[in-house]
Amino acid sequence: MRKEKDIATIERRENDRSIVLQIKDLYKSFGDNHVLNGFNMKLYQGENLVIMGKSGSGKSVMIKCLVGLMEADKGIISVMNKDITQLDQNTMDDLRADIGFLFQGSALYDSMTVRENLEFPLRRHTDKFNEDMDTDELVEEALNNVGLIDAIDLMPSELSGGMKRRVALARTLILKPKIILYDEPTSGLDPITAKEIILLMQQIQETYNTSALIITHDVDCARVIADRMILLIDGINYAEGNFKDLAAMDDPKVKAFFKH
Amino acid sequence: MSYQVSLTYNLKSFFVEIGELSFFAGRFFKELFKRPFEFKELLRQCYFMGNKSLLLVAITGFIIGLVLTLQTRPTLVEFGAASWMPSMVGISIVREIGPMITALVCAGRIGSGIGAELGSMRVTEQIDAMEVSGTNPFKYLVVTRILATTLMLPLLVIVGDAIALYGSFLVENLKGNVSFMLYFNQVFDALEFGDIVPATIKSFFFGFAIGLVGCFKGYYCKKGTAGVGKAANSAVVFTSLLLFIIDFIAVFVADIFYEL
Repeated sequence: MRKEKDIATIERRENDRSIVLQIKDLYKSFGDNHVLNGFNMKLYQGENLVIMGKSGSGKSVMIKCLVGLMEADKGIISVMNKDITQLDQNTMDDLRADIGFLFQGSALYDSMTVRENLEFPLRRHTDKFNEDMDTDELVEEALNNVGLIDAIDLMPSELSGGMKRRVALARTLILKPKIILYDEPTSGLDPITAKEIILLMQQIQETYNTSALIITHDVDCARVIADRMILLIDGINYAEGNFKDLAAMDDPKVKAFFKH
Repeated sequence: MSYQVSLTYNLKSFFVEIGELSFFAGRFFKELFKRPFEFKELLRQCYFMGNKSLLLVAITGFIIGLVLTLQTRPTLVEFGAASWMPSMVGISIVREIGPMITALVCAGRIGSGIGAELGSMRVTEQIDAMEVSGTNPFKYLVVTRILATTLMLPLLVIVGDAIALYGSFLVENLKGNVSFMLYFNQVFDALEFGDIVPATIKSFFFGFAIGLVGCFKGYYCKKGTAGVGKAANSAVVFTSLLLFIIDFIAVFVADIFYEL
């Protein structure tokens, strides 16, 4: 009965909500190593989609193909109804203002202060804001949202791992993106800080009404944040559904992810 | 047989690298005239490279001037040609030793620094983060650095030459009681337009080579901290080799013009 209700919910969501990001038959190989073998996915407006997979399963490759950091061998990647494989550099750069990317290692520019790190993405996308855009105001707003306004003049080397992740999140938010891609947002963090980051991600989604694609192998993170999950195994979307459905599956490959 | 295979492989790698470096240089010229121009970053790099290398260039130049004079003086005195000392030292420093020593010092100081900096930015995904934010990292990081080394090296050569000549004067003053005016009058009498111009043009090429190789090695640094070290090291080795090749070509071309 519950399963029927869930299916109905998903179907209604497909009808009601617009797709903001879609991948069709994505293939990517490195020599003889076939990492992605026809991967498919859809991300709906306002949804948190978690993609789980083992290390080396191609999660990061997929997300890099999504933002144009890597070229796919075959397949269609559509971001807000634009096929990014067909876009020229300028249009792609414009589109990037709507896609935030939180890197696994935070990727803060270590020669710049926190303030300069946040100001950096604004240089290219001034047209997204009003002409009287106050950079300081935007920086302060983004830092307030991650609770790190006091760190504004610090260098990245003076920040802890959790603080770096928060600043990176603030840098992602400063352009007010419609989609946020998280690459292992809790990896390398202690359980308490990881929990704080997960809560922050939820809070950000409520504040900014973003859609999120979260790459992780942290089951606790997936349990809290996922509206829907995809298990990336053998280069394909092996299993799909909400957390409870996947956790209840008997397939040994799926089970391996959920046993503690 | 394995020696032949290894030699063939090394030669092939060398020519592949030369090809890739040529494409990299081509991309530099293509991006150089494209908007937006990163003047602020260019000035920062010029200041950084000029300021940080000045002391090293000055000390090296001073010692070269002292040593060259101390080593040459006894032979010239033996032949009764001690009065030719300022002319000989002036010409050799301005035409060859000054530009070459300054370039080699800067290859070690600036080239390795650029290789390590860009390499670590590549490894920690900072370059990817720039690209994802819609900023062209090649223009921001590479074009500014190559331009800065190309513009700053001739200035450093002038400073290095001046200090080397001053070092030489000190030895002459102590050993031969030659006055400052007499020494430098003889130096400038011996120098011709044809000595200064090719040396200055050569310095621009030296600066370009230092920036180009440092950026190339860092920008395409392989993953891992070992990759960063390798990028810095190979930037110095490859640049030094390239400097001697450029020097040979410059002397060869200048010689043709002398004969005309």
